Amino acid sequence: MMKGPKKWRLFALMTALLVFLSGCGREEISTLIPAGKVAQDQFNLLILSSIVMLFVIIVVTIIYVLAIVKFRRSKVGEDMIPEQVEGSARLEFIWTAIPIVLLLILAVPTVYATFDLADVTAMDAQDEEGVAENLTVNVTGKLYWWEFEYPEQEIRTAQELVVPTGERVYFNLIAADVKHSFWIPSVGGKLDVNPENVNTFYLEFDKESSELEEGVYFGKCAELCGPSHALMDFKVKTLNREDFDAWVAAMQEEQEAPSEALAQEGQEIFEQSCIACHATNAAGAATGVGPNLATFGDRTTIAGFMEHDEETLKNWIADPQQYKPGNLMPNPEEINNGEAFSDQELDALAAYLMSLKIEE
Amino acid sequence: MSSNSQKKGFGATIWDYMTTVDHKKIAILYLISGGFFFLVGGVEAMMIRIQLMKAGNDFLSAGTYNEVLTMHGTTMIFLAAMPILLAFMNAVSPLQIGARDVAFPFLNSLGFWLFFFGGIFLNLSWFLGGAPDAGWTNYASLALASEGHGIDFYSLGLTISGFGTLIAGINFLVTIINMRAPGMTYMRMPLFTWTTFVASALILLAFPPLTVGIFFMVFDRLFGANFFDVTMGGNTIIWEHFFWIFGHPEVYILILPAFGIFSEIFAIFSRKRLFGYTALVFATILIGFYGFMVWAHHMFTVGLGPTANAVFALATMIIAVPTGIKIFNWLLTIWGGSISFTVPMIYAVAFIPSFVAGGVTGVMQAIAPLDYQLHDSYFIVAHFHYVIVGGVVLAILAGTHLYWPKMFGTMLSEKLGKWTFWFFFIGFHLTFFIQHFLGLMGMPRRVYTFGADQGWDLFNAISSAGAFFMAIGVIILLVNVVMTVAKNERVGNDPWGDGRTLEWAIPSPPPFYNFAQTPLVRGLDPYWIEKMEGNKEGMVYAEPLGDIHMPNGSIIPFVISFGMFVAAFGAMYHMDDHAWALPVLIVGLAITFGSMLVRSLKDDLGFHISKEELIADNERIQKEARALEGGKKGGLK
Repeated sequence: MMKGPKKWRLFALMTALLVFLSGCGREEISTLIPAGKVAQDQFNLLILSSIVMLFVIIVVTIIYVLAIVKFRRSKVGEDMIPEQVEGSARLEFIWTAIPIVLLLILAVPTVYATFDLADVTAMDAQDEEGVAENLTVNVTGKLYWWEFEYPEQEIRTAQELVVPTGERVYFNLIAADVKHSFWIPSVGGKLDVNPENVNTFYLEFDKESSELEEGVYFGKCAELCGPSHALMDFKVKTLNREDFDAWVAAMQEEQEAPSEALAQEGQEIFEQSCIACHATNAAGAATGVGPNLATFGDRTTIAGFMEHDEETLKNWIADPQQYKPGNLMPNPEEINNGEAFSDQELDALAAYLMSLKIEE
Repeated sequence: MSSNSQKKGFGATIWDYMTTVDHKKIAILYLISGGFFFLVGGVEAMMIRIQLMKAGNDFLSAGTYNEVLTMHGTTMIFLAAMPILLAFMNAVSPLQIGARDVAFPFLNSLGFWLFFFGGIFLNLSWFLGGAPDAGWTNYASLALASEGHGIDFYSLGLTISGFGTLIAGINFLVTIINMRAPGMTYMRMPLFTWTTFVASALILLAFPPLTVGIFFMVFDRLFGANFFDVTMGGNTIIWEHFFWIFGHPEVYILILPAFGIFSEIFAIFSRKRLFGYTALVFATILIGFYGFMVWAHHMFTVGLGPTANAVFALATMIIAVPTGIKIFNWLLTIWGGSISFTVPMIYAVAFIPSFVAGGVTGVMQAIAPLDYQLHDSYFIVAHFHYVIVGGVVLAILAGTHLYWPKMFGTMLSEKLGKWTFWFFFIGFHLTFFIQHFLGLMGMPRRVYTFGADQGWDLFNAISSAGAFFMAIGVIILLVNVVMTVAKNERVGNDPWGDGRTLEWAIPSPPPFYNFAQTPLVRGLDPYWIEKMEGNKEGMVYAEPLGDIHMPNGSIIPFVISFGMFVAAFGAMYHMDDHAWALPVLIVGLAITFGSMLVRSLKDDLGFHISKEELIADNERIQKEARALEGGKKGGLK
C-alpha cells in the first residue's frame, strides 16, 4: 500500500526534473547550463535572486488571493459600506524593513561579484623570463564578423575563437565600426565592444567543446549593429592546454600550398581577387579588411552561421548580400573584372578554401 | 455659447476641435491620436512576432525588420502610451482638483498639436524613403552609420513632439500647484492627481537631456558636427548617458500615472479609502526622485567599471522598496473592502501579479553581474513588456473603461470589456512569460531571425501565438467603442455608483466650464464625504454663483505646430542639396514665429458666461438628469 504513492512521488520528481532540464536550452548557448566560472557565478546569482523573489511572490500571492476571495461584493453584501481605514504605521514599517533586508542579502554578493568579475589585474603578469603568464585575446568586432588576435603568440584568426580550458583567458574588446557586444552565453555574460575604448574582462572555459553535440560553443553579438546583427555569430572551440599549444604552433607555421589541382587553380583566382581583403596566413598577419581565412577548412560554419559545405560556400561567394544583408564583402563583379565567377571558378575557390586547414 | 448640446455639422466639429483650448476636448484629441498610434504600434508588434514565429522566416527582410522594431518602440512609448496617459491627465486631473481648466489652456492646445505633428512627421518616414532603424534607443554609432533619412525623421520628429510633452508637463505642474479648489490641500489630492504632478515634474527634468542629445544627433547628421563621431574625437557613450538620463525617468513618467489610475480604481471598486494614502504619496515622490539616480543600470555592460556598476546596482535595488510599499498598500486597500469586479477593477486586479512579476525581474537585473547575462537578451524584452504592458497598458485599458463615461457620457459594454480583458491578459502572459526563458537560453534581442539549431523554436512559436490573442482583444475593444458610440446611452454624474473624488460629482461629460461654482473640499475623497453625509446637492460650494471667465478657442497652436512640421522637412532635405529645402525651412519657421507674433500682439481677453446663462444651463442639466433617473435607476448594479 505504501509503495504506490512513493513511486508516484519519485515519478513526479523525475518528470519535473526532465521538463526542467529540457527547458534549459542547448548546452552550446544556454546561460542555464554554465560552462565556466563566470557563467557559474552569474548562474548562482540567478538562483539566489530567484529564491528571494519567489519568497516575495509567495507572500504577495497569499495576501492577494485571500483578499480577492474574501472580500468580493457578492460575499460581503451589496449595501455593505466598509470601514474607511486610514492605514497602519506598523504595517508600513514591516513592508519597508523586510524588503530592505532582502535587498541587503542580494547586495552583498552583487558588489562582491561586480568587483571580482572586473578584476583583470593579472592580465599583464609576466614570469621571470618576461613571458606573459596568462593568455590574452584581442577581439575586434566588425560589421558582421569577429577578429581574434593572440598578441603574445602573434597569430590571428576570425569567426572561431580557440581557447584553452581550465585557465583564465583575458579579452581586450574594441569595435572597428559601430558598437557591438561580445557574448558567449554559456561561458559568461556579455561586454560591449565600443568603438572608442578598449573594454577588458576575463572568462574561464571548463569543458572541451569536442564533448558538445555541435563541437563548439555559440557566441553572439548582443548589440543592434545593423541589418545583419542577428547573423553576427561566432563559434568558440575549447581545447585542453596541450592541444591548444599544438594548435598555436600549427598556426605559427607558414601555410603549405595545396596539392590538389583544382585547389591550386582556386588559389590563383583567390590571389587575384580575394587576397586584398583576406589573409590566408595566421602568423604575423596584420588586421584584415575581411576575416582571416587561415583555418577556414577547420571551421564549423561559413560566415559565422551557415552550414560548412562547398555548396553553401559557393552560394555565399557568388552573392554575399543575399545571405548577410549589409555586409561589406564585395560581389564577384567588383573584384573579378566585372564578371561573376563561373561555376568552374567557384568550384576551384571552394576547393582551395576548404583545403586551408591547420588541424589534422 | 452656453449650450454645447446643439448638433453641429461635421466640418464645424472638426474646426471646433482644431481650435479648442478646453482640457476635456484636448483629452479626446489625445485619446484618439494616441489610440491611433497604439494601433499602428500594435501592427508593428504583430509584424515582429510573425517574423519570429519560426526559425529562418522571411516575412520581413533584415533591414525592414530593424525599421519595424525601431518604430514599434518609438511609437508605443512616445506616440501611444504617453499621449493616452496625457488624455486621462487632461480629462480628469483638472476636475479632480475642482479647477476651471488647466493653467494655460492655449499652451495645452499647443502641446497637443506639437505632439501630433511630431508623430505624423515621424511616421511619414515609412513613405519617404524608410523609417529609422537604430532601435528606439538610437545608439549613436549605429545611428550615424544609418543611411537614408530614417534617423533624421526620428530626431526631428521627437524634437517636435518632445516640445509638446514638455509644455504639457509644465502646464500640469502649474495647474496642480495653483488651481486647486479651496480645501484641496496637497495631502487631500487624489492619487491620480499626485502621480500626474510627479510625472510632470519628471517630464520637466527628463526631457531636456533628451532634447540636448537629439540636438547633438541632428547637428552631427545634418550639419557635420562631430559630437558622436569617434574618428573625429567624438564619443558615442555620451549619447547613451543622455538617452538614459532621459530614458529611465521616462519609464516612471509612464508608470506613475498608471499607478494613479489603479489607485483610483482600487478605492472606488473596493468602496474603501486608499490604505496608507500618505505612504502611497511619499512612495510616488521617492520613485520619481530615485528615477534620476539609476540610469546607468541600462549601461552595466558598457564597461563603466566595477565602482560605477556597483553603485548603480545598489541605487537601483532601492527603488524596489517604495514600489513594494505601493503594492502592499493596494492589497490592504482591497482587504476588508467590498470588491466589485467591473472591467476597470478586473484590470487593476490583474495588474498586481503582472507588475510584481515585472518588478522582481527588475531587481534581478539590478544585480549587475547577473545583468551581464540578461542585458540585451530576450529576458530584458520580457521584463520591460511585463512592466509596460502589465503596468502601463493595463492601466490605459482600465482607464479607458473607467473614464469613458466621464469623457463621453456613455458606458463601454462590460460584457465586451471582459472579453477584451481575457484575450489580452492571456495573450500577454503567453507572449512574454516565455521570453524570459528565451533570454536565459541565450537569445539576444533585436534579432530579425534565428537559427533552427539553438533550441528556441518552440518558445518563439508560443510567444507569437500569444500576440494574436492580444490582437483579438484589441479588436474586440474597437468593436466595443463603435457599438457604444452607436448606442449612445447617456449616463449620470457617477455611473460607477461608488465615485469618491470630485470628477464624479459633475455631469458626464462635464459642461465646458466644469463646475458652475468651485466646490469646497472637506477632506480626502471629497465626493464620498458628501455622499456619506447624505448631501443631495452633490457638493458644498466655496463661492456663490457668478459670471465665469473663459478663454477663447484659437487656431494659432495648430498653425505654430504646422510651421515646425514644414520647417523640419526643409532642415532634413537641406543636406541633400535640394534647392527648395532652404526656402521650405525658412517658410516653416516664418509660419511658426509669425503666428507666435500674432499671438503676442493681438489681445485675446476671452469671454464671460453670465450668471443667467449658467442658471439656464443648470436647469437643462437637472432636467436631463431627472430624465435619466426616470429611465433607469442610475449607477451600476
